[in-house]
This record gives sequence, structure tokens and C-alpha cells, in this order.
Amino acid sequence: MTTALEIVSPEKLLLSRPVEMVVIPAFEGEMGVLPGHAPMIVLLRGGTIRLYENGQVTGEFFVGGGFAEVTPERCTVLATEAIPLAEVSRGEGERRLAAAEHAWEHVDKDDVAARDAALARLQSAHAMIEVAGVA
Amino acid sequence: MASLKALRTRINSVKSTQKITSAMKMVAASKLRRAQNQVESARPYAQRMARMLSELAANVAPTPGAPRLLVGTGRDQVHLVVPITADRGLAGAFNANVGRASRALLQRLEAEGKTVKLLPIGRKGRDYLRRDYGSRIVHDISLAGRKRLEFADALPVAERIVGMLEAGEFDVCTLVYNRFISVISQQTTTQQIVPVPAAGSAEGGARAFYDAEPEEETVLASLLPQNLATQIFTALLESAAGEHGARMSAMDSATRNAGDMINRLSLNYNRTRQANITKELIEIISGAEAV
Repeated sequence: MTTALEIVSPEKLLLSRPVEMVVIPAFEGEMGVLPGHAPMIVLLRGGTIRLYENGQVTGEFFVGGGFAEVTPERCTVLATEAIPLAEVSRGEGERRLAAAEHAWEHVDKDDVAARDAALARLQSAHAMIEVAGVA
Repeated sequence: MASLKALRTRINSVKSTQKITSAMKMVAASKLRRAQNQVESARPYAQRMARMLSELAANVAPTPGAPRLLVGTGRDQVHLVVPITADRGLAGAFNANVGRASRALLQRLEAEGKTVKLLPIGRKGRDYLRRDYGSRIVHDISLAGRKRLEFADALPVAERIVGMLEAGEFDVCTLVYNRFISVISQQTTTQQIVPVPAAGSAEGGARAFYDAEPEEETVLASLLPQNLATQIFTALLESAAGEHGARMSAMDSATRNAGDMINRLSLNYNRTRQANITKELIEIISGAEAV
């Protein structure tokens, strides 16, 4: 039993293949998707997507945020940005963190949408550094 | 018959025109390759986004609390039309096609008594529509000078449209642009982006109901603007690729026409030259005979 996983970013289709399980960084915590999962639409935070085949991790991608559509047959990840884990650089993460912190200081804290967007940027940059540190 | 000098000047001028058109063709061909790659790799995202949204749109009832981007304002009075064209001409009927399609749409809407507003992207579309519909133009956007379109280029456009919607400045938003089919063919497309067209409701009840994490409103609040930006980004890419394709084939036929013209003019020039020589010879011979 497999679920058809697709990872797409606005620029291109990164990956399309059946996997046994995929773990996605959902907004409220990591979420494992197996075949036959109930249909869901999930908001993603910055983090790592892990592909499992034969009980082993066979691929890892960093996503900066986005959405995932889960149905019993497939899992489609619409990432704002997706990079194979090996290509994530710590320097880029730190640069983004600095930019995000700068944005956070200037954001209008009463504007809920803008505040959430700035927080999401901060979180995504932190996740990128964390991921790069491990790799 | 034109004088030899006039013909020579004419041939030279057509030759320089041919050089220009053939250079433009090469430039368009190389830009086309890049734009085509970009549009083809961006399509999957937009398609999946559209599929996900139309499923959602079919799930969410048009209640007053539902997000406006998804279900609209519930009215159908003010239409915002966004024609996407190139900033430069010499691309055959590329810009005129969008202009004509927009004009037809505007005429139809106004005949139905609707109010229309225009937000042209690209200089050519604005110029085309300015004369007859200048008073409807609320703002225009030019992306001239971009080497490569980035997703970030679509964001300000999307933000502006969202802002207008929030302010209740329109009810329905439609894009008019050229979809890239192949190098020699573009299709003028009219696509409604606000409210999101619901997935074929005719197919009946058996559709998946999605759970959302976190709550549906939170997901929608970030999904809908993203979708709008994506649809605009894709339309911009389609239009850019179409523009280079159209320019390439227009310049190709211009180069060929110039070649034909040069052939005809050279033939004419040679004939004239020969006729002059013959005439001079006859004059010399008949002069010699007269002596």
C-alpha cells in the first residue's frame, strides 16, 4: 500500500512518487500520512518532510511553509519553497532569520494577519537553521 | 520605372530592416526557451492549487461569514477586468488579441448594465483600452524590464486585488490573457479568479469532505491570497512565454517577407540596369550608323 506523494513549489514540481508513509510538518505538530488517511487540508510550518519506504527514511526535504492536501490515495504538498535537505545552507538560514527579525520589529502588532505572517517567517527561518545544523 | 539610385536605396533599407527583424527573432527565441521552461514547471503548482480550492469552494456554503475571496460578495454588479499584455509590440496579434477580448467582455458587461473597472498589466493593453475605456482604468501595472518573472512580482498585484475586494470596490474579478499553447499558438483566455469558480457541482453528492488543521478559517485565510497570487503568477508566465512565441513567429515571417521583397527589388534593379545598358548600346550603334 502506498500513497502518491507530490511535492510542488510555485517554481516547479520537485517530486512525484508513491511512498509508504510521509511525515509532514503540520501547523500543530508533525503529522504522519499513511495510505487511506482521512481527507484533510493542512497548513504547514517550516520544517522537514520525511519519506518512508520499507521502514527507512528515503528522502528528506526542507519546506519553508505552505499547504498539504491529504486524501486516501494521495498527499500533495504545496510548499512556498522546498529544498532537498542536503542543499539547505546555514548561512542562508541565518540571513533569513536576520531579515525576519528585522521585519518582526517593524510589523504592526495589532494587525493580526501581518503579525502572523511575520511570526511564520521567523519560525521558518529558525527551522531552516535547525535543519542545516543537523545536516 | 524607378531610377537605379532609388532602387538601390530601397534595397538597402529593406536589408537593414531584415537584419533587425532577424535579430529580434533570435532574441525572442532565446527568451522563449527560458520562459517556456518556467511556465511549464510552474503549471503543476497552479493546477493542484486550483484543484484543492475548487474542492473547498464546493464544500463551503456561501454564508455571509465565508471569506470573500472564496465566495465573492454575493453580488454581481461591479466587475474588475485584468487584461495581461506585453510591454512591447512587434509581436503580431498578441497584444491586440487580449485587447479585443477585453473590449468584447467590457461591451457585454456594460450592455448588461454592470459597472466595470480595469486594472491592466502591461503597457500595450493599457494603451489599447485607454482611448475608449480610459475612465474605467483604476490603476495600471507595468512589469517592464524584468529579466525573469519571480513569484514576488505577482504578490503586489494580488495584494492590490485583495485590498480592493476588502474595500468592496468590486464583486467579480476576471483575468484576460494569452495562454501559451505552443511556440506558434497562443490562446486568449478569460479566467474568473474572484470568486473562485466552484468545482462542477453537477456531479452530485459524493465528494470528499476535508478536515482542516488548524481551523478552516485559518487555513483559508492563508490559502486564498496564496492561490490568487499563484493564479496571477501563472497567467503572467503564460503571457510572457506567449509573447516571446508570438514575437518569434511574427519576426520570422517579417524576415521572410523582407527576403522576398529584396528578391523582387533586386530583380527589378537588374532589369532596369540591363535596360539602361541596352538603351545606351542602341544609342551608340545608331549614332555610329548615322555617320
